Amino acid sequence: MSNSAPLAGGFLDLSKLPVARQAHWRRWIAAAAILAALAAIGRAFANGQIEWSYVSRFLTARVILEGIVNTMVMAVLAMALGIVLGVVVAIMRLSPNPVLKSVAAGYTWLFRGTPLILQLLLWFNIALVFPTIGIPGLWSARAVDVMTPFLSALLGLGINQGAYTSEVMRAGMLSVDAGQYEAAKAIGMGRLRALRRIVLPQAMRVVIPPLGNEFIGMVKATSLASVIQYPELLHSAENIYYANSRVIELLIVAGLWYLLVVSILTPLQMLLERRFARGFSQIAR
Amino acid sequence: MTRPLVAIRSVSKTFGEFQALKQVSLDVSAGEVLCLIGASGSGKTTLLRCINQLTPVDSGGIWLDGELLGVREQGGRLHRLTERQIARQRLKTGMVFQRFNLFPHKTAIENITEGPVQVQGRSRDDARTEAMELLRRVGLTAKADAYPAQLSGGQQQRVAIARALAMKPMLMLFDEPTSALDPELVGEVLSVMKELAQSGMTMMVVTHELGFAREVADRVVYMDHGAIVESGFSRDVLGAPREARTRAFLSAVI
Repeated sequence: MSNSAPLAGGFLDLSKLPVARQAHWRRWIAAAAILAALAAIGRAFANGQIEWSYVSRFLTARVILEGIVNTMVMAVLAMALGIVLGVVVAIMRLSPNPVLKSVAAGYTWLFRGTPLILQLLLWFNIALVFPTIGIPGLWSARAVDVMTPFLSALLGLGINQGAYTSEVMRAGMLSVDAGQYEAAKAIGMGRLRALRRIVLPQAMRVVIPPLGNEFIGMVKATSLASVIQYPELLHSAENIYYANSRVIELLIVAGLWYLLVVSILTPLQMLLERRFARGFSQIAR
Repeated sequence: MTRPLVAIRSVSKTFGEFQALKQVSLDVSAGEVLCLIGASGSGKTTLLRCINQLTPVDSGGIWLDGELLGVREQGGRLHRLTERQIARQRLKTGMVFQRFNLFPHKTAIENITEGPVQVQGRSRDDARTEAMELLRRVGLTAKADAYPAQLSGGQQQRVAIARALAMKPMLMLFDEPTSALDPELVGEVLSVMKELAQSGMTMMVVTHELGFAREVADRVVYMDHGAIVESGFSRDVLGAPREARTRAFLSAVI
């Protein structure tokens, strides 16, 4: 049948007609309203009492840079501790041993159930409970000397993170099909080897997006360690504004650094996700 | 008469209220191909899983190659074996699952070498050479580096058979190996199994493929409600069943 032939039954031939542009006038109004609101907020801040020259001057100040380095060091170490604890606790939680199971559940209950800042203060002040700590007969020291702000922050943040990470890990392990455990058993693997070789690598795929989320949370949670004098970013900013009273300017400096770090972390997470999606690219995209 | 490779004696298994196996006894000789048929819930899969100890038996015993599985008699009492001992016993059997259960994060050849390298501690090179030979045997040399998600169901099941064979088992267990496959892919898996049967492997196959049972099996066992109703040469059980229940099942299936 040729294109010019009239269609059977007297219906209009639509194939030749152009499609008219739709007028999205509601969209235009909504966009204009939001842009106007944003402009008003921007103008208010531009004319507000903020000395932007202080912001740019302190953005690369030595103390601030040291603060961001300390923040990142603490975030990475505490997250590493959290992941190790999380994996161990998740495996304990799924073990057939009732004692391991309830200890794991108790750990999660305790450290998820109390505020992080309270836990940090407890670790920092642990010397009030145990003036000296050590291994009897081998080594001992005064707790005040051992429990530096660094160690208190690491233990506080890492152990708290472990409680959350264990639940993420447990969800990841439960997401792996029971047939995978059986297939691993059928080729003679024991429970732990099956977990390490078969189940955990598959769980990682599910676990990385929430873990990336947790790590971003961790970067910001390190700011709580300022209350126990750990010299991270916020603590550094505070120290400067105690001296020069430029509170808002220095808070903006700290805020910009946190934003920058988090912005860099997001593409890194995508790279990791791709690494662990091996074999799944065809079915899950 | 020689000792059977598998000796199942009065095995019972209950899941909650449901009695999956009732006093089942069965012998399988070395080199024999035995097909287990019956409706779903008749206990045939459970029996297979008991032999591989994925499901522990409640009572009775299973001997494989003269070794009692899962428990050890000492001083008039039965002691459960440790997980490590059970894992060692499992090496004598290879299992092929209905849903293949390939490791999705590993390529076909990695799936096959995983057991030999990680469990049996063989060298990576040896395991690879043997895995390639197994892939040739199941007709998938070209797919060695493909991930399971890139393979069809039939190809996945053939890799799964190669994975089980890589452990050099003395008994191969097949749990409805073609039930999850599209009809046009059933043939390729059955022909691999047929080749395996002809090579002298001892096989226990839970299946609904009566054509395969008729052609390949030495013996057919019909199970119903957790018990063996009838067993015998495949041409007898399938061609001229003695029991009314077997006749009813066969006429319903065909």
